[in-house]
Amino acid sequence: MIYLDNAATTKPCKEAIEAAEEAFINFANPSSLHRLGLEAEKMVLSARKAVAALCGCADSEIYFTSGGTESNNTVIRGIKAPKKKNHLITTKIEHPSVKEPFEIMKESGFRVDYIGVDEDGTINLDELYDKLDSETALVSVMHVNNETGTVQPIDKISKLIKQRTAGAFFHVDAVQSYGKIPFLPEKLGVDFASFSAHKINGIKGIGALYAKSAKILPWAAGGGQQKGIRSGTENVPGIAAFGAAAKFHLNNNASEIARLRGLFLKNIEENIPNVRYNGSRVDFSPYILNVSFLGIKAEILLHALESRGIYVSTGSACSSNKPMPSPTLVAMGRTKEEINGAVRFSFDDTLTENDVNEAVAALCDEVAKIRQVMR
Amino acid sequence: MKEIILVKYGEIILKGGNRPVFERALMKNIKNALQNIADIKMDIAQATIYIETEPDRMDAVCDRLEKVFGIVSVTRACVCEKDIESIKSAAISYLSGVMEKGTSFKVEAKRSDKKFPLDSIKIAQEVGGAIDDNIEGLEVDVHNPDVLVRVEVRDAAAYVYSTLNKRAGRCGMPTGTGGKATLLLSGGIDSPVSGYMIAKRGVEINAVNFFSYPYTSDRAKEKVIELARILSEYTSKINLFIVPFTDIQLKIRDKCPFEHMTLIMRRFMMRIAEIVAKKTSSAALITGESVGQVASQTLAALNVTNYVCSMPVLRPVIGMDKNEIVNIAREIGTFETSILPYEDCCTVFTPKHPTTNPKLDVIEKSERVLDVDELIKEAVAGIEKIEIYPE
Repeated sequence: MIYLDNAATTKPCKEAIEAAEEAFINFANPSSLHRLGLEAEKMVLSARKAVAALCGCADSEIYFTSGGTESNNTVIRGIKAPKKKNHLITTKIEHPSVKEPFEIMKESGFRVDYIGVDEDGTINLDELYDKLDSETALVSVMHVNNETGTVQPIDKISKLIKQRTAGAFFHVDAVQSYGKIPFLPEKLGVDFASFSAHKINGIKGIGALYAKSAKILPWAAGGGQQKGIRSGTENVPGIAAFGAAAKFHLNNNASEIARLRGLFLKNIEENIPNVRYNGSRVDFSPYILNVSFLGIKAEILLHALESRGIYVSTGSACSSNKPMPSPTLVAMGRTKEEINGAVRFSFDDTLTENDVNEAVAALCDEVAKIRQVMR
Repeated sequence: MKEIILVKYGEIILKGGNRPVFERALMKNIKNALQNIADIKMDIAQATIYIETEPDRMDAVCDRLEKVFGIVSVTRACVCEKDIESIKSAAISYLSGVMEKGTSFKVEAKRSDKKFPLDSIKIAQEVGGAIDDNIEGLEVDVHNPDVLVRVEVRDAAAYVYSTLNKRAGRCGMPTGTGGKATLLLSGGIDSPVSGYMIAKRGVEINAVNFFSYPYTSDRAKEKVIELARILSEYTSKINLFIVPFTDIQLKIRDKCPFEHMTLIMRRFMMRIAEIVAKKTSSAALITGESVGQVASQTLAALNVTNYVCSMPVLRPVIGMDKNEIVNIAREIGTFETSILPYEDCCTVFTPKHPTTNPKLDVIEKSERVLDVDELIKEAVAGIEKIEIYPE
């Protein structure tokens, strides 16, 4: 099996599974006053430390949530904007868990601007500069695009925001970068960031929110856990696994994966005619590669590769069973044919050169076969 | 107070000497349908099937019986001794509580045990009077009552029930009494409805599905399995035959005119379905075709696809509009599954401008470049059989 769908989810690492198991066995509520509760609380504290260390922030700035979707919603829908600030900015290439909350904010009376991208998928900074004004309350830009791997210039965006408007918050959906490429919110001037554990070999149902200040209204009222920002008994097994996965990712293999990604793309471009690379050739995540194979339907290629034990994705996993084209590729100005033929290959640190060679060989075969049918 | 379920069946009663065959089939089907639902005791007398079960399983049993073909109505009734005082007191205690204030009612009685001292009219009068005297706030209305209370004095006992406790059955004929047929089951809306309609006439159903991996996916296959499972709730077990069809499609795409693709594909499907039908002792094929719905369903196209098989091809939705078919699909519970979007990619084999008025000799000529027998042999050899049971 060659699993190339790591942007959808990764295989939990051994350490994460063991940590979760330990937390299932030592099952107490971390809020309980007795000794067993203390043990559970220690697991949460230690995991929080590991999660914070992976992005160079303070433990106190990490809140555990159920995942990326919840973190994004918590910030966007819960932002405490001063009265006169009713303007929000995001981009045209965000994940649905960012895009949809902004739609809701728009319905409730906020002005929302969506910044476009160039053909590499990098957001248009001039457009952002123009849209920022004194009423801007929140800007949300993803770090690594989940479909193409293009990296947004978070530092430049952060500076622009500070330069143009006082007191606007900056949120970054860092689900595809956290633990994979350097993301240091403190240094970048980011106020809020969203992380997900299962994208870094943790388990599903757990994620985190980085929040520099607590200027958000919690969506759930309850027992006041996690300083009231996220009430509810902590998901201790998920948290423990997240902590273990974060430790596991302190030393990752990004430079080797970058080399293999380069090889993957080079082999495709040299051996398969009529392909188009989707993304930036300068600022990209080594873990995601998106290529359009013209003249085919990507879903057929996906199943053809699956029959050879190679697992890939078309667009993003969350939208691939809806018959709508990828918004990211649309924003990048890709044609319908290019969008229909777009396949995402996403990697983790276990990728080998053999995997790359085998996958490209299979691609050559299957693309040729499908093109014969779809001529 | 003891309750019992009375199952009435319709058309079977009209059968002459064969009637016991049909009754036995219905009882067997009921027994099968209920085997995972409840422990039951079942009896048959005077064109009624009597089912006894634990009080807390009564609802579940009635729900399940609603899906058994051959049943006209399912009624919960109170059982009592065959004397008028017992009947009266049973009627009062059974009906007080269920009949709300202001409800109008009428009592009808039937006396199949002619030795019972009162005749039907007298029984109705006595019981009606007792209810009126003892349950407050009811009105008698012999012309247009809200609730009809029935008393049946039969050989074994007397039964009291009201129309409030009576549910309509599916009607039709007991599964298995009408022979066997093979359904061409796609993932769409029409074919499951067609299968249901023929199954309702007592016909046992097999299903054949043509699988075009990687042009359709495992999810498309799961969808077909789920559709067969929904149908199996009405028919009990269904054997589903999954035919690997990609190679045939690729060969047709490669060698035949693209505008004939759909018709030649359909001809292969009919041939393979007929082979499966013969192997499984089916006497007919069933399809979901409806005149004019798509290019391959014009009369000329039907002639071309029908020509390759000798068995009768049953097309129960042939004269129905799409919305009529959809209504049945919703009613039988297949619609939501049928509209799941997992077979999009098969459209690469669908020409944009298919032939709508094909000539048989032209299609036969196009097809002649293929080794039809060999292709079919390979596909049949690769058939996967899945036995599907209701949940």
